[in-house]
Amino acid sequence: MADGLNVVTRPPSAWRELRRSAAVIFGGVLVAVMIGIAILAPFLGTKDPAAIDPANRNKVPGYEVVTRDDDGNRVRSIARFGTDSLGRDIYSRVVYGARISLMVGLSVALISVLIGLAIGLVAGYVRWLDGVVMRLMDGLMAIPAILLAIALVSLFRAGLFSVIVAIVVPEIPRVVRLVRSIVLSVREEPYVEAAITVGTPVPVLLWRHVLPNTLAPLIVQGTFICAAAILVEAILSFLGIGIPPEIPTWGNIMAEGRTLFRVFPHNILYPGLFLAVTVLAVNMLGDGLRDALDPKMQRRF
Amino acid sequence: MVAYILRRILSTIPVMFIVAVLVFLMLRLTPADPAAIIAGDFANDQQIAEIRERLGLDKPIVTQFFVWFSNVLAGDLGESFFYKKSVSDLILERLEPTLSLSLLTIVLAVLIAVPLGVIAAYKQGSALDRIIMGFSVLGFSIPVFVIGYILIYVFSIYFQVLPVQGYQRIGDGVLGWLERLVLPSITLSVVFIALIARMTRTSMLEVLSEDYIRTARAKGQTEPRVLFRHALGNAAVPILTVIGLTIAILIGGVVVTESVFTIPGLGLLTVDAVLARDYPTIQAVILLFSFVYVLINLMVDLAYTVFDPRIRY
Repeated sequence: MADGLNVVTRPPSAWRELRRSAAVIFGGVLVAVMIGIAILAPFLGTKDPAAIDPANRNKVPGYEVVTRDDDGNRVRSIARFGTDSLGRDIYSRVVYGARISLMVGLSVALISVLIGLAIGLVAGYVRWLDGVVMRLMDGLMAIPAILLAIALVSLFRAGLFSVIVAIVVPEIPRVVRLVRSIVLSVREEPYVEAAITVGTPVPVLLWRHVLPNTLAPLIVQGTFICAAAILVEAILSFLGIGIPPEIPTWGNIMAEGRTLFRVFPHNILYPGLFLAVTVLAVNMLGDGLRDALDPKMQRRF
Repeated sequence: MVAYILRRILSTIPVMFIVAVLVFLMLRLTPADPAAIIAGDFANDQQIAEIRERLGLDKPIVTQFFVWFSNVLAGDLGESFFYKKSVSDLILERLEPTLSLSLLTIVLAVLIAVPLGVIAAYKQGSALDRIIMGFSVLGFSIPVFVIGYILIYVFSIYFQVLPVQGYQRIGDGVLGWLERLVLPSITLSVVFIALIARMTRTSMLEVLSEDYIRTARAKGQTEPRVLFRHALGNAAVPILTVIGLTIAILIGGVVVTESVFTIPGLGLLTVDAVLARDYPTIQAVILLFSFVYVLINLMVDLAYTVFDPRIRY
């Protein structure tokens, strides 16, 4: 009986809002499809994305590639998206490229949110540290994000990990600012003041009262960071300063296709399409999540 | 107000100082020894030690920072490892293409985005509004280089009406200059059109529900005049702020666009410098871009304190 009453008086749940939002459904489905493609890459009719085939270089999409297997038998396959200047299958490279892009997007979002959350909580709570930390964050934010990432990758040996670090650092100040502003506003709430009065230890206070308030905005922020990270990784790889060229990423495929773009635009077109659709889907998911979870939150700009 | 303006100007000094420290430390964090890079592959230890002494790299790091910092303040940004000449000269050579591209992009973006945002707000909820907003999400999701290559393919390769790549100095003919900048600036402006149109719409929606808009309409003002004079004038502050903040994205976009269209500006210089591990140049370019970014936002802030009589501190 009590349950029945609860259901009636409970405000519309975030979950129901989510299911009603077209942006969340559309973006979510697209993201799910991309994750599916990334996980199932070996089973989607792909070849070894790094296999070089000098006899079948620069073939247009739909070309029938004939190769011989180890026993000398002819093997026919269709190069759905064509091949690049080393004869590698673009379709396979694009499908495997989804793995790197999504991995970079998700890990950057997760790492920068966690680090930003920790710094933000400390800055919002330990008053004497606040000034120092926030000046440092202001300084970091004054350097345009992509330039900072470019500078950071130049410091390390090229690789997946260094690219992730280079994209995480410029994102941290944005998370710190968000968390700090939430901490400062929550501190003024009567229930937090009451908790302080009864002597709740600071860790418990942060965990029980402050952290839950940061959850929804951080999910939204994390989604936008994920989209931005996928884009920045592609930009770095495209410029030739990101992930090493032998690893198939969308940016690398496009970088490889740059020289022959005038004759064979497919090298840039297909990875570009996948990249744009993925970023669009994640951004739409973020937009929808913000409207559903956090109606009070300001629009992105 | 004068006190506020002074305080606002002074507040940028610590920010720029921290940027300088960060940029300086970044170079120091590199595993590579700048002296060894300059000396080349065939230098012996003694030669490397001499170069290190000449560059002051044997001094304590704090001393090094202040030597470097005072040089920067005097306009001396060091010597490029790769181009073997003064970084300041290098930057001056590359300034024109980047400035041309950026200014053209901003002008184009504002001219297109503001009317779109106003129309979307005026027709709020209509199909037109949803189409404009849909394109705006699309606009900041498509990577700059994809847009660039699509435009090159359509206009330069398929229709062959515009040059594919390259740059011509404005001194060598305005037409050729403009011809080579049309595609790059359209490419780069897409993301700003998306962001500025969105902000214009949000800002206009707020203003359109104000009493003075109803008064203006009741007075019999024509609808375009109500929208563009009464409403847009009041909605301008947040729009201006967004333009200031998007300068960071513009700078990132310049780097990519210049690479796609092989425009020999500061963006291409940055990429080349990173590929060559030319740290003094990387340092200088980042310092310069950050300085410009902070300065533009300072000017935006000051502009509306001066011009918007409602904002008083």
